[in-house]
Amino acid sequence: MSKYVPTRKNLLKSIEEESNFLSGLTPEKEWLDTPISFRPGNWCHGGKPQVIESLDAPNPRKWSPNDKDWQLPANWQKIIHQGMKDQLDKSRTLKIFMDTCVRCGACADKCHFFLGSGDPKNMPVLRQELIRSIYRKDFTLGGKLLGRLAGAREMTEDVLKEWFMYFHQCTECRRCSVFCPFGIDTAEFTSMARELMHSVGVNINWIMEPASNCNRTGNHLGIEPHTFKQMVESLVEDIEDVTGVTVEPTFNRKGAEILFITPSGDIFADPGVYTMMGYLLLFHHIGLDYTISTYASEGGNFGSFVSHDLTKKLNAKMYHEAERLGVKWILGGECGHMWRVIHQYMDTMNGPADFLEEPVSPITGTKFENARSTKMVHIAEFTADLIKNDRLKLDPRRNNHRTVTFHDSCNPVRAMGMVEEPRYILKNVCNNFHEMPENTIREQTFCCGSGSGLNTNEYMDIRMRGGFPRANAVKHVHDKHKVNLLTAICAIDRVTLKTLMEYWVPGVEVSGLHELVGNALVMEGESERTEDLREDPLEEIEEDEDEDI
Amino acid sequence: MKILYPFLSIFVLIIVVFIGVHQADLHFLFGIIIPYVSILVFLIGMVLRVGYWASSPVPFRIPTTAGQGKTLPWIKQDKLESPSTLPQVLGRMALEILLFRSLFRNTKAELSESKLAYGSNKWLWLGGLAFHWTMLIIIVRHYRLFLEPVPGMIHLIESLDGFFEITLPTFYVTDALILICVSFLLLRRLLVPQIRYISLAADYFPLFLIFSIVISGILMRYVLKTDVVKIKMLIGGLLSFQFQVPEGIGTMFYVHLFLVCVLGIYFPFSKLVHMGGVFLSPTRNLANNNREKRHINPWNPKVKIRSYPEYESEFREKMIDAEIPLEEEKNE
Amino acid sequence: MKIYDSGKIGLGLIFFIALVTFPFWVSIGGNKQMPELKMPDSAHECVESKEFMRTNHMRLLNQWRDSVVRENNYIYVSSTGKSYVKSLTKTCLNCHSSKEEFCERCHTYASVRPYCWSCHLESE
Repeated sequence: MSKYVPTRKNLLKSIEEESNFLSGLTPEKEWLDTPISFRPGNWCHGGKPQVIESLDAPNPRKWSPNDKDWQLPANWQKIIHQGMKDQLDKSRTLKIFMDTCVRCGACADKCHFFLGSGDPKNMPVLRQELIRSIYRKDFTLGGKLLGRLAGAREMTEDVLKEWFMYFHQCTECRRCSVFCPFGIDTAEFTSMARELMHSVGVNINWIMEPASNCNRTGNHLGIEPHTFKQMVESLVEDIEDVTGVTVEPTFNRKGAEILFITPSGDIFADPGVYTMMGYLLLFHHIGLDYTISTYASEGGNFGSFVSHDLTKKLNAKMYHEAERLGVKWILGGECGHMWRVIHQYMDTMNGPADFLEEPVSPITGTKFENARSTKMVHIAEFTADLIKNDRLKLDPRRNNHRTVTFHDSCNPVRAMGMVEEPRYILKNVCNNFHEMPENTIREQTFCCGSGSGLNTNEYMDIRMRGGFPRANAVKHVHDKHKVNLLTAICAIDRVTLKTLMEYWVPGVEVSGLHELVGNALVMEGESERTEDLREDPLEEIEEDEDEDI
Repeated sequence: MKILYPFLSIFVLIIVVFIGVHQADLHFLFGIIIPYVSILVFLIGMVLRVGYWASSPVPFRIPTTAGQGKTLPWIKQDKLESPSTLPQVLGRMALEILLFRSLFRNTKAELSESKLAYGSNKWLWLGGLAFHWTMLIIIVRHYRLFLEPVPGMIHLIESLDGFFEITLPTFYVTDALILICVSFLLLRRLLVPQIRYISLAADYFPLFLIFSIVISGILMRYVLKTDVVKIKMLIGGLLSFQFQVPEGIGTMFYVHLFLVCVLGIYFPFSKLVHMGGVFLSPTRNLANNNREKRHINPWNPKVKIRSYPEYESEFREKMIDAEIPLEEEKNE
Repeated sequence: MKIYDSGKIGLGLIFFIALVTFPFWVSIGGNKQMPELKMPDSAHECVESKEFMRTNHMRLLNQWRDSVVRENNYIYVSSTGKSYVKSLTKTCLNCHSSKEEFCERCHTYASVRPYCWSCHLESE
């Protein structure tokens, strides 16, 4: 495993024994007096100068978070203060969240990073206090007069470093906001802090470089158009090997009815590629008139991990491309924060998309009224509708070698309210499905621990801690029901849960939802299937003539 | 420090009244002027606080969806957890404000033998809800001193609250409840390690203050006895701007009144503004109809994007080689 | 300063202000005099001082009732040494002859509803 994480046994020991409220131990010092320390595995590399320059972002320089001197601009405190003021002026949300918290503590043990680290500053309320304490000092009378007694403090370089550490130990998953009696959402604080840090050149390369790549080439690994096409074509060959069917995706094709955009991880990352194969099979099965764009070849939005401007800049490509190609509407693949952006930001930022039409399924005629304005439909909605209208020929027994559980991805469930569609699909494409415990699914789902741009190798210690609650729930069903496949509708999940499972729950693989759809689809003219899309052997199916499949 | 200072400050406040009323005879100050100041600061302060909030737009529609959203007609929407229309939002808000829906979800995580478990933990919900409702009933009950004639509704609330008809004067259930609730809220702050860790002086002060208000009220009613007719006259005078300070009202009344005034003055500058904030939280008071109805952000910035033509001009040769179609007018 | 959602928020604030200040509106111009009590024509002093009686008559009556009913003790010796019969109807109402014009004036004003009259008959 990564050199940035201790062994499973040692990490578990550390979670259980470190000064941790969960194990009944109280930290000796107040949090305001507890300094941070950078150690291997708990920080990400800073943004590289050429990357920062390519995005015209402030303060490009060669630096590392564990440097003593961060080479901040001379007036960095002023920039942060002004930035805070601007953001407060622009967002009532922030003002309300700053003023309303009563520190009731309901959020304290809801954060996966707190549960996996025991670090008190990972309680959402304290994560917020990291920034609220500065707000008090700079913007409230009580804070100015009473200082620390009022919970206020000066903005110093140490505070900035603390921000860097703890606002990168928040994946903007919004679990705390489900439990907060005022709906205070720590994700808002995290995006505020990251935007402020970004304004003085404090950011992480794993977010900035993909953002820069998405901007230039369209996808986060910086794959150029011809390679992108090749990669999809190699998946087409793989599909042919398994099914004997040749699917024919098109690229940048004008006049297609539907533009399909999925996170680029599905094109090249294991196990996302199998999900991509599932999409391609599905579209072929129903004869969909669609195209894939190499220009807008990234569903995910790394800008959303940094600033609103960058979010908008990257997201704008979707509508821009849809308009250029003259499609009727957009279909989006399985992804988490991609859908946060599409569902809650895209129309506001880059709409109105009046050059598109209200989405109607060309196969079933169903109008997706819930996407009337944004004109982008989630693939799970699309597929659920196909199944409901009996337009797919499915043989769920082809997934009999899998005992499946479903991981609700944070953003689809807590920012869209997508709960039932994926479950409906799952129940139609596989026979062995078990839910994880109640407090770990649906709106109470736990993050994979590596979302919001943190899925980098040098951050493995924190990632494995953050993913501990999720892994713990998977282990429960793995032990109880012999679950061996964790299915999720998020590209970051597919990559990071794989690592997480290898670390905490060996024996559980990770897949996307449409990989299972692809396995179950009975294609016209297919050869007899002996392997699934991963080329793992299928369980022998006893053909029962009476059974109607 | 964060516990001692608020405690001492309450102590000082009480001494101030004793000296002011008992020794210095400043009845007019404590009976008339400070109450007016308090109500003005409370009202203007709250209006300004809400105005400060309202002077910023809600740039994005970001409801936290805690259930199935409205999608396909055959999928059952969870209308109160993921509302898509105004009445549904109002329903969600009502649940949140009247019954503390989100707090009801509270769980307690436990880690034992490498396993995380999440137990139901409704004490905070129960204590918080009982505290707020009790407070409301007590405030409404006080309207017998504000209104002449006393409306029948107040009589009803009083008689329900005094249902047990024990002690003289009749014991109010809410008096006991609020003592229990405030003690609970205070004790959990003092005794639960993680709550104590996150608490600030600004969390203890209002609890100590409310506790003192409750105690002074209870003392006045059940133990020390005050002339309630004179109190009502003083208040009636305040309310009709006919200033009169009847003589012979016990000092405990002035302690009670002064602490309430302090609470009113403190209110708009403290976390107590959650009273207004709970109505305005964008994760709760917005409909999850984002893709159906466009939300407008008044400051939506102009952002320069990398346009398709820029992209094509960089990759043109490679795209031609890979047989990816180009823009037609350039593709001759 | 621009106010966003001024309609909804304004309405909320107006409602809030109206709720808080409503006792002012209904009180302005009202009669703020002490309830007028009909004092006895004959007697000039009560069993205890006026100040004590104003705040503690309910306790005294409660003690009287208990000692009469439970201990069969009918005589009250006041702080000035005078003796009285412990009786609401015979002693109190003997001087304060009108319940309506004495007891109830204050009780109604302060929204106090004693349970004396659930046993004692009003006609006396």
